[in-house]
Amino acid sequence: MTTVPLFDCRDAWVDTLVELAESDDRIVAVVNDSVGSSKLGPFQDRFPDRLINVGIAEQDMVGVGAGLANGGKVAFVSAAACFLTARAMEQIKVDAAYSNNHMVLVGQSPGMAYGELGPTHHSIEDLAWLRAIPGLTVIVPSDPEETAQAVRWAAQHDGPVFLRVSRMGVPAVNPDGYTFVPGRAVTLREGNDVTIIATGTVVTRALDAARLLEQDGIDARVLSMPTIKPLDHDAVLAAARDTGGIVTVEEALTSGLGGAVAETVVRHAPVPMRFVGVSDAFAPTGSIGWLLDHFGINAEGVAEAARELVAR
Amino acid sequence: MNVETDEDLVPAVDSAAHAVGDLPVMGRIPAGASRDDAVAHLREAARLVRRRDIQMVRAAGLGHIGGEFSVIDTLVTLYLGVANISPETVADPERDRIVLSKGHAAAALYTTLAIAGFIPPQELSTFMQPQAMLNGHPARTKIDAVEASTGPLGHGLPIAVGMAFAGRLDGSSRRTFVVTGDGEMQEGSNWEALMTAGNHRLSNLCVVIDRNRLQQGARVEDTNDLEPLTDKLRAFGFEVHDVDGHDHGALLDAFAQVPSASGKPTAVVAHTLKGHPISFMSNNVAWHHKVPTQEQVELALTELEKS
Ligand SMILES: Cc1ncc(C[n+]2csc(CCOP(=O)(O)OP(=O)(O)O)c2C)c(N)n1
Ligand SMILES: [Mg+2]
Repeated sequence: MTTVPLFDCRDAWVDTLVELAESDDRIVAVVNDSVGSSKLGPFQDRFPDRLINVGIAEQDMVGVGAGLANGGKVAFVSAAACFLTARAMEQIKVDAAYSNNHMVLVGQSPGMAYGELGPTHHSIEDLAWLRAIPGLTVIVPSDPEETAQAVRWAAQHDGPVFLRVSRMGVPAVNPDGYTFVPGRAVTLREGNDVTIIATGTVVTRALDAARLLEQDGIDARVLSMPTIKPLDHDAVLAAARDTGGIVTVEEALTSGLGGAVAETVVRHAPVPMRFVGVSDAFAPTGSIGWLLDHFGINAEGVAEAARELVAR
Repeated sequence: MNVETDEDLVPAVDSAAHAVGDLPVMGRIPAGASRDDAVAHLREAARLVRRRDIQMVRAAGLGHIGGEFSVIDTLVTLYLGVANISPETVADPERDRIVLSKGHAAAALYTTLAIAGFIPPQELSTFMQPQAMLNGHPARTKIDAVEASTGPLGHGLPIAVGMAFAGRLDGSSRRTFVVTGDGEMQEGSNWEALMTAGNHRLSNLCVVIDRNRLQQGARVEDTNDLEPLTDKLRAFGFEVHDVDGHDHGALLDAFAQVPSASGKPTAVVAHTLKGHPISFMSNNVAWHHKVPTQEQVELALTELEKS
């Protein structure tokens, strides 16, 4: 077995932000005592005046980001995804989205990355919550290159963006020369028996599942969905029509990506679906690795869901 | 793999580091104890709690040792010396309430609950293990003696205000104690709750602020300062006591004044040091959630022997 290098996407996030800030002095970072957990040390060293630490005060933090937008700044508001979204949801809805401000909400260490720190520190609701907010672009990068491109795109997109930045080690999954386009799925594997649609950290697990399925003679299509909103409706409907069944995979409540895909499928091309993720549960105590296995968010769990669809 | 473990996640689990069961159940200060004996009881309990805590953090590979060691004296004083609660009365509606709002100090709470007899000391070795009730942050659905689930900062104080209102509605003399971090006081929810408590003169409420002057990444004063803290608390309608938060006698004296004679709620600003009393941890922001090496554990245990 060859060992594949794994990356902490926070490195790509901060490297890109520092690089952009060199030539774009609108860029400011706003944090909640989260310089370390956001890996923003290099940004703070280089641009001490452009890092605003409001302390442990998330509602304040997002509001401040909106005020900065009013002054022509581009605020990257960066905090642990759980506190950013759960605590400051109304500021996200009103100050960022309803006001259509150009600001970037950067949710760090999302999903169940904080493992045994427990459900208070998990951010599995974020995709379901945020996709419900009009005008908000919801980006879930799957690897460092996609993270870097998403940061660049968000810096110039004149509107509110949520960007989910993972700390969990992930391999590079996107092809060479890949270009991130919001609302465009990436076909990582062709196949016509069933489709697996995954987002973020678990795209790599979907690819592993497709390899397991290949051993069973099942040819799975694998799509990576880097934006939950806008969703690539065309790719979803093509998958439904071509393969007759869809499995969604996410390190989140299944009402995130799964719910979004299901709404499209049911409306325009009803086919059976399976949902891999967390469904209506607070996680028990356990490490991230243990929890992903516990909820079947792994290659075997995804493959089993796909087999069920193919057997129908 | 270039995944850094700079933050809360240090996955190395070292089960050998567990010294299982080396914590006795001391229980409350014996009835009729002299003041010196009472203080000695609390001091020994705090020493043993720190011993067990550091070993738990080492074994789990996770924890927030700095803020645990700063708050242990407060927790031990409340559970063993002040609050009217015991393992037998954990479900009694008339019990005093204690809420640890700075839930990241969970290991300190669990260890204190064990020495007080609320949870079996052997249970401590399950800290943060799969399916454990001793989660990284305390959950009221997992442990009877935990009154409120905490972890996200800024929740405990509003909940405590509700508990105090409930006590008043019941015409009860029970008291509510809530322990917050000082960085945690940057959360607006706390000031909303302080305003409510002050305006409603909830004299049965006591807020303890663990004033260790450090938060996660820096000093509080270099992040978003709280000063003048006692003036602010007084302006919000509180009776304020500034005490040495590592002095059990001083803590006992402050808590003895709840409910206050003036009819106001009480705030105790407990001046502490993160990592106290370990030489290489004390007042050092790096130890917010650093996990000690086995050598550092040994060193700390030796220092605690003499404390
Ligand atoms: C709402 C929220 N934001 C951020 C955090 C992350 N966090 C955990 S502990 C901590 C620092 C707390 O500082 P303080 O309240 O002073 O506690 P202590 O120094 O006693 O550890 C932070 C920012 C959190 N737990 N909750
Ligand atoms: Mg502090």
